[in-house]
Amino acid sequence: MAEVEMRVWRGDANGGEFEDFVIELNEGEVVLDVIHHIQATAAPDLACRWNCKAGKCGSCSAEINGRPRLMCMTRMDSLPEGPVTVTPMKTFPIIRDLVTDVSFNFVQAAKVPALLAPPMPEGGYRMFQEDVERGQEFRKCIECFLCQDVCHVIRDHEGNKEHYAGPRFFIRYAELEMHPLDQNDRRDLIREEMGLGYCNITKCCTEVCPEHIKITDNAIIPLKERVVDAHYDPLAWLGRKIRRKPKTSAADAAVQPAP
Amino acid sequence: MSDSAYEHHEYDVLIIGAGGAGLRAAIEAKQRGLKVAVVTKSLLGKAHTVMAEGGIAAAMGNVYPEDNWKVHFRDTMRGGKYLNNYRMAELHAKEAPDRVYELEQWGALFDRTKDGKILQRDFGGHRYARLAHVGDRTGLELIRTLQQKVVSMGTDVFMECKVLRLVRDGEGRVAGCVGYWRATGEFVVFQAKAVILATGGAGKSWQYTTNSWESTGDGAAMALWAGARLIDMEFVQFHPTGMVWPLSVRGLLVTESVRGDGGVLRNAAGERFMFNYVTPMFRAETADSEEEADKWYEDHSAGRRPPELLPRDEVARAINTEVKAGRGTPHGGVFLDIASRRTPEYIRRRLPSMYHQFMELAGVDITREAMEIGPTCHYFMGGVQVEADTAATTVPGLFAAGEVAAGMHGANRLGGNSLSDLIVFGRRAGAGAADYAASGAAASGFDEGEVDAAVKEALAPLERTSGENPYDIQRDLQEMMQVNVGIIRNATELERAIEKLEEFTQRAQHIAVKGGRVYNPGWNLATDLPSMITFSKCSAIAASLRKESRGGHTREDFPNTDPELGKVNFALNSEDGRWDGPVTVVESPLLEMPDDLKALLEEAT
Repeated sequence: MAEVEMRVWRGDANGGEFEDFVIELNEGEVVLDVIHHIQATAAPDLACRWNCKAGKCGSCSAEINGRPRLMCMTRMDSLPEGPVTVTPMKTFPIIRDLVTDVSFNFVQAAKVPALLAPPMPEGGYRMFQEDVERGQEFRKCIECFLCQDVCHVIRDHEGNKEHYAGPRFFIRYAELEMHPLDQNDRRDLIREEMGLGYCNITKCCTEVCPEHIKITDNAIIPLKERVVDAHYDPLAWLGRKIRRKPKTSAADAAVQPAP
Repeated sequence: MSDSAYEHHEYDVLIIGAGGAGLRAAIEAKQRGLKVAVVTKSLLGKAHTVMAEGGIAAAMGNVYPEDNWKVHFRDTMRGGKYLNNYRMAELHAKEAPDRVYELEQWGALFDRTKDGKILQRDFGGHRYARLAHVGDRTGLELIRTLQQKVVSMGTDVFMECKVLRLVRDGEGRVAGCVGYWRATGEFVVFQAKAVILATGGAGKSWQYTTNSWESTGDGAAMALWAGARLIDMEFVQFHPTGMVWPLSVRGLLVTESVRGDGGVLRNAAGERFMFNYVTPMFRAETADSEEEADKWYEDHSAGRRPPELLPRDEVARAINTEVKAGRGTPHGGVFLDIASRRTPEYIRRRLPSMYHQFMELAGVDITREAMEIGPTCHYFMGGVQVEADTAATTVPGLFAAGEVAAGMHGANRLGGNSLSDLIVFGRRAGAGAADYAASGAAASGFDEGEVDAAVKEALAPLERTSGENPYDIQRDLQEMMQVNVGIIRNATELERAIEKLEEFTQRAQHIAVKGGRVYNPGWNLATDLPSMITFSKCSAIAASLRKESRGGHTREDFPNTDPELGKVNFALNSEDGRWDGPVTVVESPLLEMPDDLKALLEEAT
């Protein structure tokens, strides 16, 4: 049986250091298995978040050898030889060991104006597969917040958190803006308060997304076009102030400039 | 109780658990203008509901217009081997379509039919294609939709709070709960006029399970300790298809949609063995040749159902038998093959997360190779006894919905009926609790002594300088339950389990936990073990008493179904309210079904 050296960051808001563990490895194990071995033996108080261990809940986010990843979906045999470092997500305040305070994301979630759907017709809404597919891509999001973690706008500048929603919420806004039923208009909000303009499309978020959502190409860039076009078109601005126009299809909303 | 030593919150309706049932209950109670809070062990949106894959069963008739609530009711009762609370099955079948349509109004995006309606897929035990779905990540869609609705309504959600005990007033009414914040280890008391349990199941007490770490049976155990009655604890659903290799992911769910969408089961010799396991109850409606079964996928009137789509208890037993007979795969499972039956494009579109899961965790491309699968502990039909219309338990002020409640699924749950259960009875629990909270019958204070006792018990493992490691107890408990209260049971093993559980109860009194109270998973496990052991004990005791085989309870020493036992639930109560105290069991007669519903069951297939 192979052995592996794990360097796990341990500490709290006041600081911490790496603690080394040598662990026996079984075939097919992921980083989270190894963390569980450590908990069950050497360090029962090693703090980490996890729920499903199947890549579906997005709880066990951490930085493995410096890269933001899900611990449950990172196979040990996919990592290079040598010690494996596991550190908490850098963008969020430390609670303890690998657990961070991700409440920033829940504050942002509460700011999102909800879907505004027309009254349901007899027998339910009619929507077509091609119209729901764009939104479905964004709704694959498991809220692991790895995109938030890697985004340099908030990773390197704590002060930006006050006026920057981050990639996870840009796909949420994109999903709502492209939703076939939605009648809300969030464009001014996205531009003025959610800081979409800070994103300079380096695509780091797309690279770390465990659900392979094309965050930059399919959500942020179309959202930028939509918001900017609306902002610089005085007629469109006036129109928005006077009436709320329902969008006809997700495809229209996604690729065409606002009216 | 302003002089309480602990942080204190007061609500009209308090919901413990933030899965589908808890969130749907919160929406309902909040819409009625009450002060509502949700408490969850994890972060919002991470509850076990997120792992549900296949879909939500609702007789909308979008694919087969001949489908309706009566057929759904009949399928549910047959799947449950007629042990269901008929009224729950009736309400569920009638209300599920409205609950699904409502999700769309809140933002859910289901897969569509060609004419723009919600698409429905086939699943085991459902006569028609009935499951509204989003690929194979329907649970994620459900929880995200409800979570976003709850947040948009401004509902208070308390995250990463482990609830230890329900607290009552002097008259035995439930009046709130006591718990601690995982992030600080500080204790907190929630006082409420009505409490809804929506805590899910208990798979973490078994070795191979589809369940996440949270499924430790807290709700059923706390209800029992607070005086409520549990029923059907012997019925445990082993899902036929869990991953078996690598060991790291053994037990992980492989959705039934693989079979619904055309996948078949084969043994090591390549034989499609399910044709050998069609029981008399389902013979008339099941195909007897591969040719007939294959026609059915295209048109349900062209042939009868493939045997791979029998209810889960039947399929899980068949797989178990094949493996025991030496016809299994090298890793002790059987093959689930969709690669030879559908195109790679179809598989990737319909089953994207299965494709992803096997590719990344097992290195298996399911569009080219068969999957190796075997039964895994998945769902608990038993739990807290409730009144169908209001979700009220047998204790005033306490309500329960979702997996923690019992009755809806009888002896075996059909796939897809869980997500619909969550939204139908989540809503009913929210309404029931709201009505109760507004009625003036609710408790207005609580017994501080119960709070102090719970806190003292929780702190004990931290105060011991030496003792048992909670992880050792958990591992031994899981191995013991897997072996002795597994898919096939007998008197010897069940008696051994009951004895062993007494030992675990003793061992858990001597746990010593290292470290402090701040986000300490060892301590967290120490506080989960009382409910894990209590749930396991109730399960083993009920299983030893039911001397027949029915649904999710198979006895090799009593292989037949006993019609007399089909008339009763085994009902358990705590004798003294202590977690380590004894339970009593009585036989409780099933509700008498009205004749018009009985007639639906007797209709020819």
